[in-house]
Amino acid sequence: MSVMDHSVASGTDMIQYVTVVIGGQLFGLPISQVHDVFVPESVTRVPLSAPEVAGVLNLRGRIVTAINMRRRLHLPPRQDGQMMAVGIEYKHESYGLVIDTVGEVLTLSGKTAEPNPQNLDKRWAEISAGVHRLDGQLMVILDVERLLGAMMTDAMAA
Amino acid sequence: MDDLLREFLTETSESLDVVDVELVKFEQEPNNATILDNIFRLVHTIKGTCGFLGLPRLEGIAHAAETLMGKFRDGVPVTPEAVSLILNSIDRIKEILADLEAAEGEEPQGDDSDLISELERMSMSAEKPAAAPVKAAAPAPVVAEPAIQVPDQSLERALRPGEVSLDELERAFRETEIEVEVAEPVEAVVEAPAPKAQKAAPRAAAAPKDDDHDDKADKKAAAGGGVSNQSIRVAVETLEHLMTMVSELVLTRNQLLEIVRRHEDSEFKVPLQRLSNVTAELQEGVMKTRMQPIGNAWQKLPRIVRDLSQELGKPIELEMIGAETELDRQVLEMIKDPLTHMVRNSADHGLEMPAVRRAAGKPEKGFITLAAYHEGGHIIIEVKDDGKGLDVEKIKAKVIERGLATEAEVDKMTDAQIHRYIFAAGFSTAAAVTSVSGRGVGMDVVRNNIELIGGTVDLRSTPGKGSSFIIKIPLTLAIVSTLIVEAGGDRFAIPQLSVVELVRVQTNSEHRIERIKNTPVLRLRNKLLPLLHLSQLLGTYEGEDAEKAINDDNGFIVVMQVGSQTFGVVVDGVFHTEEIVVKPMSSMLRNLNMFSGNTILGDGSVIMIIDPNGIASAMASQASSAVAEQNEEADENRRVAGEGQKPISLLLFRAGAPEPKAVPLSLVTRLEEFEVSKIERSNGRDLVQYRGSLMPLVYVNEGDHHKLEGTQPMLVFSDSGRSMGLVVDEIVDIVEERLHIEVGSERPGILGSAVIKERATEILDLGYYLPQAFEDWFMRKEMDIRSLTKKILFVDDSAFFRNMLTPVLKAAGYDVTTCDGPDEAFEVLESGVEFQAVVSDIEMPRVNGFEFCEALRRDPRFRKMPVLALSAMVTPASIERGRQAGFDDYVAKFDRPGLIAALKDVFSGEMGVAA
Repeated sequence: MSVMDHSVASGTDMIQYVTVVIGGQLFGLPISQVHDVFVPESVTRVPLSAPEVAGVLNLRGRIVTAINMRRRLHLPPRQDGQMMAVGIEYKHESYGLVIDTVGEVLTLSGKTAEPNPQNLDKRWAEISAGVHRLDGQLMVILDVERLLGAMMTDAMAA
Repeated sequence: MDDLLREFLTETSESLDVVDVELVKFEQEPNNATILDNIFRLVHTIKGTCGFLGLPRLEGIAHAAETLMGKFRDGVPVTPEAVSLILNSIDRIKEILADLEAAEGEEPQGDDSDLISELERMSMSAEKPAAAPVKAAAPAPVVAEPAIQVPDQSLERALRPGEVSLDELERAFRETEIEVEVAEPVEAVVEAPAPKAQKAAPRAAAAPKDDDHDDKADKKAAAGGGVSNQSIRVAVETLEHLMTMVSELVLTRNQLLEIVRRHEDSEFKVPLQRLSNVTAELQEGVMKTRMQPIGNAWQKLPRIVRDLSQELGKPIELEMIGAETELDRQVLEMIKDPLTHMVRNSADHGLEMPAVRRAAGKPEKGFITLAAYHEGGHIIIEVKDDGKGLDVEKIKAKVIERGLATEAEVDKMTDAQIHRYIFAAGFSTAAAVTSVSGRGVGMDVVRNNIELIGGTVDLRSTPGKGSSFIIKIPLTLAIVSTLIVEAGGDRFAIPQLSVVELVRVQTNSEHRIERIKNTPVLRLRNKLLPLLHLSQLLGTYEGEDAEKAINDDNGFIVVMQVGSQTFGVVVDGVFHTEEIVVKPMSSMLRNLNMFSGNTILGDGSVIMIIDPNGIASAMASQASSAVAEQNEEADENRRVAGEGQKPISLLLFRAGAPEPKAVPLSLVTRLEEFEVSKIERSNGRDLVQYRGSLMPLVYVNEGDHHKLEGTQPMLVFSDSGRSMGLVVDEIVDIVEERLHIEVGSERPGILGSAVIKERATEILDLGYYLPQAFEDWFMRKEMDIRSLTKKILFVDDSAFFRNMLTPVLKAAGYDVTTCDGPDEAFEVLESGVEFQAVVSDIEMPRVNGFEFCEALRRDPRFRKMPVLALSAMVTPASIERGRQAGFDDYVAKFDRPGLIAALKDVFSGEMGVAA
């Protein structure tokens, strides 16, 4: 019995996602990667940084680098309304993904995830780990590794 | 690994470091019995412990080395070879120890017979010469010989040569025990009040003293008292954690203070004040635990210098001053390698060979001095040698060879500037690559390492006298005092270390921003300080015009010094200074070299910390980009000058021929169309009634006729109430073009041909037509008769403007002489012809109008002569520039009335003075 079979048998392929909305689109982040949800306040912008970097902010004594997800996904900036942020940890550093709103937590089976549609915007496809078909809408799984990893290499190249 | 072994490892490596140092000292003073005793004792201790712990390899080497040293103690002369051999043995012991630690207590396999036999051979051979003078020599050096007082310890076999009795071994253990405390594998020594410098040395010195009086009865007392209970060993990790927590505490304190600052009469105020003081003290205390004498970083240097001295065949003495100067251990770790490298460099490159030194009248022995001292929150470390100094010519050659600068640039540099090139990457002046240095991975790495910890390195060198490197580093890295400034709406923290002073600038104050070719500078105590605007540098300036940012001459200038570079950073506001705890930036932002980190301020917001080195390098690169820009601009200028200046508006029309003709629109007063029937003929010429007077009509080509029916378009030129109508067939267009007359013309009335809108176009010479309308156009009655006596020198490189404006000036009644440039103008002026005024173009190749005017003003003969500037570019800045150059007035090129008025003004003014 392979490892894969084993995990299926014990039902551990169910993944919990924190859903967020960015520019009207529903996204899901694996709950294991989400540390907190907060309202980004007094963000200090960082001159000369990548355009997706919204700035740095103080989250309970930790300095968090905020990423403007709309900018990251090449969406127009939000005109009004309270922004939210999802705190994640990447390589022992704290990042905050600035999003529009946070939704509920969904428990979905890994089996129902579908690969990225081939015609998906390349810029989206590179940070998406697949799509879940939900009732009435689709949820794009955000791949945090690739989302931030790509920015690191960009930063290095720059 | 068992505890005993762990303790042994820590102890032994410390002892070995001391042995290294002591041995080098001993070599220089072979008669110093105290040093020898020290070494002997330490090696002995090691040997004893090894035997006890069952480490035969170590024991074997230690024993052989000890035997040899025993010979020294018995009066055998100390030879460098012998010392080298012992040092080699020490190295071998270190190697084995390292393996031992890695292998968790398993002594590594290996054969040391080579070393041991060598040591033994040396001992044996030493015995022979020693044999004779043994009696004479023995009493002298062995002053405090811990001789074998109890000889009759029973031993199964005879003592090997140099072997010690069990007694001594036992005593060795006793001593070892004294120093063994609860220990961790990686340790820092936290020493409370007592000895700071050379922590191991005093202990080593203390132990033999004990020897003399020590009885077995004192054993316990010794173990419980003395040095051991004044210091404890704490794991570095624990300290680091403590430091982090204190840093956090400082931040929280700052935050609280900020809150209380806003609530004036808060009851928290007093307790908070107390908290603040306690925090400060705690911070200081914790910092102190991290402090270590810089001597720790120097420990290996005497040995290195000694080895080098042997290898290179140069006698070298290393002097170390201020080894007790303390600094943060993190900083200490960082400068260890750079320092070692610099000392090596000094020994290898700096000091000359003994013969050369002798020839230069210096003592054969070269000196390297290492000095450390505090200076206002930083530590200064100086590495100085008394060698030949840096070879400027050699560096120059290398700089050129490496293409780091051109020969011309190098020639202009000062020696100090050239010296700094040795910090450039991959730069090595050593003629040959030696094993010591000269691999070209040296000084740039040194500089990088030092800059990494916010330090700077500078260097001074005098040929023949030696060179010295001066390193300036902050005391600690964790907490930095910074200046909080604002620029472009954001706040930034600038480390105080690099801030020299603050200057307030205001348009009217004595400190005023001035510009040299758009480069802002500040005159500060008779020195020019290059400036740059922080918000522009960071690209956060949000105003419409980036140039304006720095034109707003109100603000603060933070004068910063980075290495030998001093510059001013213009900021919008300066708040206060704040102690901050530097937190590393996330790796996503680490590529920004303008910032060294970020931190949380008292008010809870995050602030970016400016990296002075980043700014300094940006400053340098900006200068070079400015040069590039300048070159571009210069090219542009040249081109513009060649093409007849800036684009000008031209009126295109056709007259008499299908090919287009053009005339500068600015000269045309208006465009009119007349009914053909209105054209009258009188006195052999065509006229129209125009605004109550008769206007003569002029044809472009002689013999042309006006149209016979319909309307007749014409260009009207007016001046001083007189008008002339130039009859044209058709007005085609008005275009903005750079006027570049490519083909000159022999035909009267035509200046030449130019390409306009991709068609060859004739440019009309109005100076030819105006007199056709009124023969006296240039000599009218109403002309001020006095003005006729005024001779004007008109300087313009463009033939077009010379031709265009000469008639205008003549029309105003001036006697005009034209020159195509300042050179010719000077010739004319020198020839003795007296001019009453000079009108000069600004944009000219080679010598521009400003320079021309300045040159004129330098000559006493022309100091008072009115000089007018004529330029296609009229901006407040250029007018100001013109005024500074000495022009009396500044007129736009196409502003003919303005030019005439300006001339009138200068002459009336002059006349007023004369009257």
